[in-house]
Amino acid sequence: MTMTADRVITERPEMTTILRVARKELRSSVTSRWFWMWVLAFVGLALILVLVALPSTRIGGQAGFGRTAASLVTLVQIIVPLMALTLGALSIAAQRETGALRFLMSHPISRTEAFWGLYLGNSAVLAVATTAGFGAAGVLTISRGVTDGTATFAWIAFASWLLAMAMLGIGMLISTFAKRSSAALGVAVFVWLILVFIGDLGVMGTAAATNMPVSVLFFTALANPVEAFRLLALTAFAGSLDALGPAGVYAVDTLGDNLDLSLLIVLLLWLALPVLAAWQRFRGKADL
Amino acid sequence: MIEVSGLTKAYGDLVVVDDFDVTIEQGDSVALWGPNGAGKTTVIRCLLGLVSYDGTITVNGMDAKDDGKAVRSLIGYVPQELSFYDDMVVIDLLDYSASLRGIAPERVDEVVEMIGLEDHQQKLVRELSGGLKQRLGLATALAPDPPILLLDEPTSNLDAGARESTIRLLDDLKHQGRTLVVTSHHLEEVGMLVDRVIAMEAGVVVTECAPHDLAERLGISAWLHLITSKDQAAQAQTVLTEAGFSARMNSQGVLVEVSAQQKGMAVTALAEAGIEIEDLEVWR
Repeated sequence: MTMTADRVITERPEMTTILRVARKELRSSVTSRWFWMWVLAFVGLALILVLVALPSTRIGGQAGFGRTAASLVTLVQIIVPLMALTLGALSIAAQRETGALRFLMSHPISRTEAFWGLYLGNSAVLAVATTAGFGAAGVLTISRGVTDGTATFAWIAFASWLLAMAMLGIGMLISTFAKRSSAALGVAVFVWLILVFIGDLGVMGTAAATNMPVSVLFFTALANPVEAFRLLALTAFAGSLDALGPAGVYAVDTLGDNLDLSLLIVLLLWLALPVLAAWQRFRGKADL
Repeated sequence: MIEVSGLTKAYGDLVVVDDFDVTIEQGDSVALWGPNGAGKTTVIRCLLGLVSYDGTITVNGMDAKDDGKAVRSLIGYVPQELSFYDDMVVIDLLDYSASLRGIAPERVDEVVEMIGLEDHQQKLVRELSGGLKQRLGLATALAPDPPILLLDEPTSNLDAGARESTIRLLDDLKHQGRTLVVTSHHLEEVGMLVDRVIAMEAGVVVTECAPHDLAERLGISAWLHLITSKDQAAQAQTVLTEAGFSARMNSQGVLVEVSAQQKGMAVTALAEAGIEIEDLEVWR
């Protein structure tokens, strides 16, 4: 702790400083056109999916909010990772490129405060975006007289936010390494392609080519946070993973009642580890 | 007081600042002078803890690495160009910067008035001219009333009028007893702003001297553009060549290469030959 002219400066991170940086990030994002394009795309597609899904709710299978949530899962696992990865990838790299990060760090704040401020601000941005998408879908569903399964719907909305946070951490990790925002964006899109499309196909292809045991297949798939989210959502509205075939049966047999918890832990690990690695990298010797 | 000892910064194999030492007492005004790539901006970034480095930097006895926040609380930094936060409203940017320093909003109003940004505080940053952005940078730096100001090429993007008003403002700040550290590659500007110049080239200190000695020490010459009547231009060239100068004619008179101490001699030579000088300009 150091006493300067008229105030006490502590090198320890201060929550008020983190919140100031976070508020500025949130404010900048919600006034940007990109943010509203993402939100409108998410809300628009969510509403279309709900309108398509709702007429069949009384025919059979999953009904009520569960149906709405199920229809949103595919949308979430494509759009949310892309939104969060690109937001995270640009968070540090773009500010470093323009000089904004140097300007910020010329103030009496520590790198830890700056990093967690950026992370918290971007987390709030993603919370606003996912809440808007699920909120609009929820309102439309209720307006059609459907009220069953609201807990499942809320759980999947929460899991979507966890997925977004995990992707944000990966994006910020990319951002700490990238020298230019264009490079950060390119790597983020590549990671998105791997996690959302290529990874799945790769696991399937490898499993078919190598006669991969079901256990290895399941745990390899689980290592993908997008897959962990999908499985978590599937167990929430279907009650089991039977739809996945032998891997699903294996998962239920192996993890039993702990399946949900295990999937949640996977998501939480993906949420924590990349962002902690990004923080370590940022507070270390990285030049701004 | 700022004490820098053995400061070395390298990016891979490229050493951009090599074993840099300087002591800057409170109230000193010092320029880091040199061409682009000399390492001036890197020294500033090291002082602010924005980049890693070898060596030691202390400000008022505090280590810039270990007490980075405390050191930065003593420093107001004006970047070369405020080319970011373009979508922020000027007053919001000032409030944000002030909040990070724990400054009361009333002080922001004072600085806005002092810097002359009253009519621009509701504009977006991107709507400001280069000169106004420079003033905005100064406003953020001055809001905490810091004892030390670091200014990176403070007039590089300004037109003549804005440059003059910025230099006048910085001169006032110097006379208020603030420590000024300025980077620049303009010789005239350095002479107007500071009492001491540290000339750098390729990351190494070449010389340290008073501003008026710099040109002579480094053998820097200037071109003197002497505007004469067309009839006398050829005669002026002959007179100057005979006096030992390198001179050539152009459409308005003659251009003569002079060292720092020779400007008067060239003018005197023409006056003694009866050649009337209508106007003159110094080009570097």
